[in-house]
Amino acid sequence: MKFERFGLGIAKGLTVTIRNLFRHPTVSQYPEQRLNRSRRSRGNELIWSREKCTGCGTCAKTCPQGAIEIITSTNLAENKYEVEKYQVDTGYCIQCGLCIEACPYDALYMGYAIERAKYRRGDLVQSDDMLLESAERPASGYYHPEIARKLPRQTLLVERINEKR
Amino acid sequence: MAIETREMALKTEPFVLNFGPVHPSTHGVYRMRTTLDGEVVLDIEPVFGYLHRGIEKLAEQRTFTGFIPLTDRLDYISSMSNNLAYCLAVEKLAGIAVPERAEYIRVIIAEMQRIANHLIAVGSFLNDCGAYFTPFLYMFRERERIVDLFEMVSGQRLLYNYMRIGGVSQDLPDEFLPALRKLLDLMPSYIGEYERLLKDNEILQARARGVGILTQETAVNCGISGPVLRSTGYRWDWRRADPYSIYDRFDFDIPVGVQGDCYDRFRVRIEEMTQSLRIIEQAIKDLPSGPVQADVPHLIRPPVGEAYAHIEAPKGELGFYLVSDDSVAPYRCHVRPTSLINLTALREMVRGWKVADLIIIFGSIDITLGEVDR
Amino acid sequence: MALAALNNIGTQVCRQAVPPDWPGGFWWHWLFFTVVLIIFVLVMVMGVIYIERRGMGRMQSRLGPNRTGPFGLLQPVADAVKVLLKENIVPANADKLVHWLAPVVAFSPVLLIFAVVPFQNGALLADLNIGILYVVAVSSISTVGVFMAGWGSSNKYSLLGAMRNVAAVVSYEMPLVLAIVGVVLLAGSLSMNQIVLAQDIPFILLQPLGFLIFFIAGCAEINRSPFDLMEADSELTAGFHTEYSGMKFAMFYLVEYAEAVAIAAIITTLFLGGWRGPVLPPWLWFIVKVIIVFFVMVWTRTTLPRVRIDQLMSLAWKFLFPLALINLVVTAIEVLALPAALLWVLIIINFAILAALIPLWSKLFFKLGWGRLEV
Repeated sequence: MKFERFGLGIAKGLTVTIRNLFRHPTVSQYPEQRLNRSRRSRGNELIWSREKCTGCGTCAKTCPQGAIEIITSTNLAENKYEVEKYQVDTGYCIQCGLCIEACPYDALYMGYAIERAKYRRGDLVQSDDMLLESAERPASGYYHPEIARKLPRQTLLVERINEKR
Repeated sequence: MAIETREMALKTEPFVLNFGPVHPSTHGVYRMRTTLDGEVVLDIEPVFGYLHRGIEKLAEQRTFTGFIPLTDRLDYISSMSNNLAYCLAVEKLAGIAVPERAEYIRVIIAEMQRIANHLIAVGSFLNDCGAYFTPFLYMFRERERIVDLFEMVSGQRLLYNYMRIGGVSQDLPDEFLPALRKLLDLMPSYIGEYERLLKDNEILQARARGVGILTQETAVNCGISGPVLRSTGYRWDWRRADPYSIYDRFDFDIPVGVQGDCYDRFRVRIEEMTQSLRIIEQAIKDLPSGPVQADVPHLIRPPVGEAYAHIEAPKGELGFYLVSDDSVAPYRCHVRPTSLINLTALREMVRGWKVADLIIIFGSIDITLGEVDR
Repeated sequence: MALAALNNIGTQVCRQAVPPDWPGGFWWHWLFFTVVLIIFVLVMVMGVIYIERRGMGRMQSRLGPNRTGPFGLLQPVADAVKVLLKENIVPANADKLVHWLAPVVAFSPVLLIFAVVPFQNGALLADLNIGILYVVAVSSISTVGVFMAGWGSSNKYSLLGAMRNVAAVVSYEMPLVLAIVGVVLLAGSLSMNQIVLAQDIPFILLQPLGFLIFFIAGCAEINRSPFDLMEADSELTAGFHTEYSGMKFAMFYLVEYAEAVAIAAIITTLFLGGWRGPVLPPWLWFIVKVIIVFFVMVWTRTTLPRVRIDQLMSLAWKFLFPLALINLVVTAIEVLALPAALLWVLIIINFAILAALIPLWSKLFFKLGWGRLEV
């Protein structure tokens, strides 16, 4: 005569919960404690390098959303393209990173910063010098291992709280 | 369709109640018009399409590589699997061979994604049962560990865009494998914790055992796949039946249920997590070195033809059907939506049960509206 | 003549209610204890709201509220202020008087229960010699308030929720009262003060089955998890308090936690030995025990899923009610036939009966997979 389901399952469950009461909660309180993001983090904004860009337009062709707009003019004297306007509509951007992979001259970087919200929708469209790398807009190491090496190591939950149950 | 009211001393009439698109327990914007007689569900009529974004039509305007970020947004909970299915379809169409290291990385990532998906599925099923977020939060803790590793590899936490045609986009960073090793050591004890919390819980057994039974014939006739099919006792898994990628090299079991009720679906998902851990262990041991992406142009133009590739996604069989006409965009792309096809059996499972059971049965099928509506 | 007789009875009752060594007389006693009770209930409700949110948070591996005030201690105050500032909306078809009266009718009995709960030896508002019977009678009035809320909202889903609630409360009254009768048999008196004084060892040891039944039935009466279908956040009805906002909703929220404190206080008095304890002052022991009982309620809320409505009713009638009857019969036999037996013998007998009955009864009663109707 086998006895089952008389309350032992509930008792086991109660022991699990009470043990969790005495463990460290897996919470970090933002904004006082910030964790480090991945070195390849694909942030909100795009970073462009005016020196390396040649205006070939591969990034604009690759973008699935069509968020990049480039206007170039020819400079016949020096036999090259001059980039007159390079505009990114970050509202359309889905941060897929295909443009960075596509660029043959390594002129694009993904942004690393995340607290870059704007108050007006018009500010989401960024062009020319707004896209250069600066202190508020660091570059992330997505597809650029030389930058990834210099960024801080990512905080991993499996390394911070790793007690066996 | 005739609805008979039961013979009672008090004459009652069935009424129609709308579980609106905005509801805390439907997993997304899903609307059901239920015909109730008191508390008993007589019939349901699903109304969906609230999340339709026209992804299949958008495929015709994007290049083959440019469509990969859009496949992320189908089943947004397990987006690596969607990427994988699509890339397999294009590779079949264009006849591209994937390098060995990329195959192993794909298997590791796909199995980790399966664990992460089942954690959410089981967590929200228990939340619908009424356990006030406790198992849900415990499972999210474990999912957090997996998502951290995905963030390390691809840069994002939900919509990864990691797989490419011919391999994966970037190699694993150096700290990935030690961290994955730590996770594999810890994970069995966490799964043990869930079992201790819930497996024998009498209230869960009373709520979920014998509730929402799906028979094998109904399941096979409706085209159900995934854990829902395996819970009815039918041992069918695409990783064994039609091995894609390199799954024929790994040794794992396929858990099946007994009756096809909600409890069996819950148990099948927990057992599948353990089996995925086995596959990851084997894959890490044999991981070769080499390139991670085949030499494939960014704007790929497959030859004229059509191809269908399916994988065992965490929710079931996810398939992509592609037709190409020698241009940079697909001529037609059709997605076999797992969640929608699994949902067609809901009506059979639910009739005669009460409203509270409707919520539980619906939660145990585990759908994502992104896949239902595309 | 009749008036004089009534006055006579009144003074006799009052004199009985005030202990003879109380300074100042009847009205001072009444005023002091009324104020103390109201403050006690309000402060304890705030305290238990805080304990529940922080305790549940820590058990779920997260922090509870910790931003309002140091360690989040002012969170209930913030809740109260928020609720006071909300607009008071009354539905157009609602029955205005019933809608307005419902929170009052639901809340007053909960305050009335505390009138007979002893904080110290003889320190109660009214030491009635029918104490526990008064508690049972008064606590049922709260259900009328809930039903008024459901009816007065003119919303068929509120009415559905209220009717579920009434059915559940009425079903669980029976095992509740039978568990109480077991304690009364052991103590020999209905007065709450006498019950505490009779507990040289706490009655939880002598009446383990009674304690379990009372706890489960008590949780079901106050709609706490795992029996909280009436206020389930998922599922269709938001319960009987859907159409309430502002201060009236605050009253229902208060009722829920005040009833929890009341049930915890009654459990402490009946089963855990009330204010008795070695070192600390008695009223502090009382508060500590109430908090411990409430913590057990929070613990079960965090762990257990919800039961379905028909499972709730069958649990009351098929499982708890027969067990309560058997408990009563066994206690009666013990009191009558073995009055001089050593206490530890009785403890062992009672625990053995508990350990034997529960597995046996669950085997008979627990069926799986029922509840489907043929359509």
